[in-house]
Amino acid sequence: MTILVFTVLVAVSSFVAGLVGALTGLGGGVVLVPLLTIAFGVDIRYAIGASLISVIATSSGAASAYVREGYSNVRIGMFLEIATTIGAIAGALIATMVSTRVIAIIFGVVLLVSAYLSSSKQREQPTVEECGSLSQKLRLGGSYPTPNGPKSYCVCNVPAGFSLMFTAGTLSGLLGIGSGAVKVLAMDQAMRIPFKVSTTTSNFMIGVTAAASAGLYLSRGYIDPGLAMPVMLGVLGGSLLGAKLLVKAKTKSLRLVFSLVIVALGIEMIINGIRGAL
Amino acid sequence: MNEHEQGDRRMELIIGILLRLGVMLAGSVVLFGAVVYLIRNGAAALPDYKSFHGESAQLSTVEGILSGVWQFRGRAIIQLGVLLLIATPVARVVFAVVAFALEKDKLYVCLTLIVLAILMFSLLSSVLG
Repeated sequence: MTILVFTVLVAVSSFVAGLVGALTGLGGGVVLVPLLTIAFGVDIRYAIGASLISVIATSSGAASAYVREGYSNVRIGMFLEIATTIGAIAGALIATMVSTRVIAIIFGVVLLVSAYLSSSKQREQPTVEECGSLSQKLRLGGSYPTPNGPKSYCVCNVPAGFSLMFTAGTLSGLLGIGSGAVKVLAMDQAMRIPFKVSTTTSNFMIGVTAAASAGLYLSRGYIDPGLAMPVMLGVLGGSLLGAKLLVKAKTKSLRLVFSLVIVALGIEMIINGIRGAL
Repeated sequence: MNEHEQGDRRMELIIGILLRLGVMLAGSVVLFGAVVYLIRNGAAALPDYKSFHGESAQLSTVEGILSGVWQFRGRAIIQLGVLLLIATPVARVVFAVVAFALEKDKLYVCLTLIVLAILMFSLLSSVLG
């Protein structure tokens, strides 16, 4: 295979991953590493480096669209980024210490968990009285637009959410993914933040989290330009198109199909990790 | 909406635009580097991605990348785009420090500075090699 053919193939696959990831809201990053390792036979470390770069691109590229909707909360994001960035550095350091087989197995498990989490239901919102004092002290509460005017909300279980965010950051730094599923889990389920606020704020945080580990990945030589280039451009193009189509498309069945793909890739990664085939 | 929230809203809008500009700039640089790289090396055989070697200092340190860009190397230009992309969220955090300072929100200036310090720790490791 020549460089040109490889570049085109990787760019097209990344484009599809980015498109489907944006349409389903599951993120394209999560399938990139399995795609590169299983389909293209790329070493998992190069794959993680390239994926991490594409994660920064999609998160930052989509940010202005999300902001305009008026759901994201910059304070919640900034506060929780302390946890995610420390986690990301920890994850990047762990990545250099454990074997690629272990990383593959962890990756597979995370894929299965993400597929499960994306199918779980949203919770009822708590009343302001139910929230702890930390929410007020840190001024984390806010309001979001609804058809009946702005609705205010507060933030529960701040310490639990903060710890989950550390975990999300560690996974992001270890596996080169956005770990949006864990971030939304922390905000939506633990901190009881309204779903729309959770997802948009999570997107906002993903770029900063990924940047924290990307510096370390770059200096360790994990980021190969020949690989990162088609992945980044492909995913970015796909996700920007996906965000435009999102309004019109019916995504329920697509979401189901994509979840099944994630499960299949997760199992494949675990098997490959155990057999040492990566 | 209270005053705080209006200030926050404005900040988020500007940050959103800033991020988009950063990505567009980084994406254009990567695309340009890709054209140079593919014109020169497109027909060559694929490098070995199956086993991990790690990139040389030329492609993994800021100094090496900049000197490669100076010599008009495609891979170095792509890597410059990657650097710009990594810098984009960092610029966002820097902007947030300033915006919170303008809002006279000391607590959030401190919290944001902590995030910035963590990012700097990671980035300096790549500058210093």
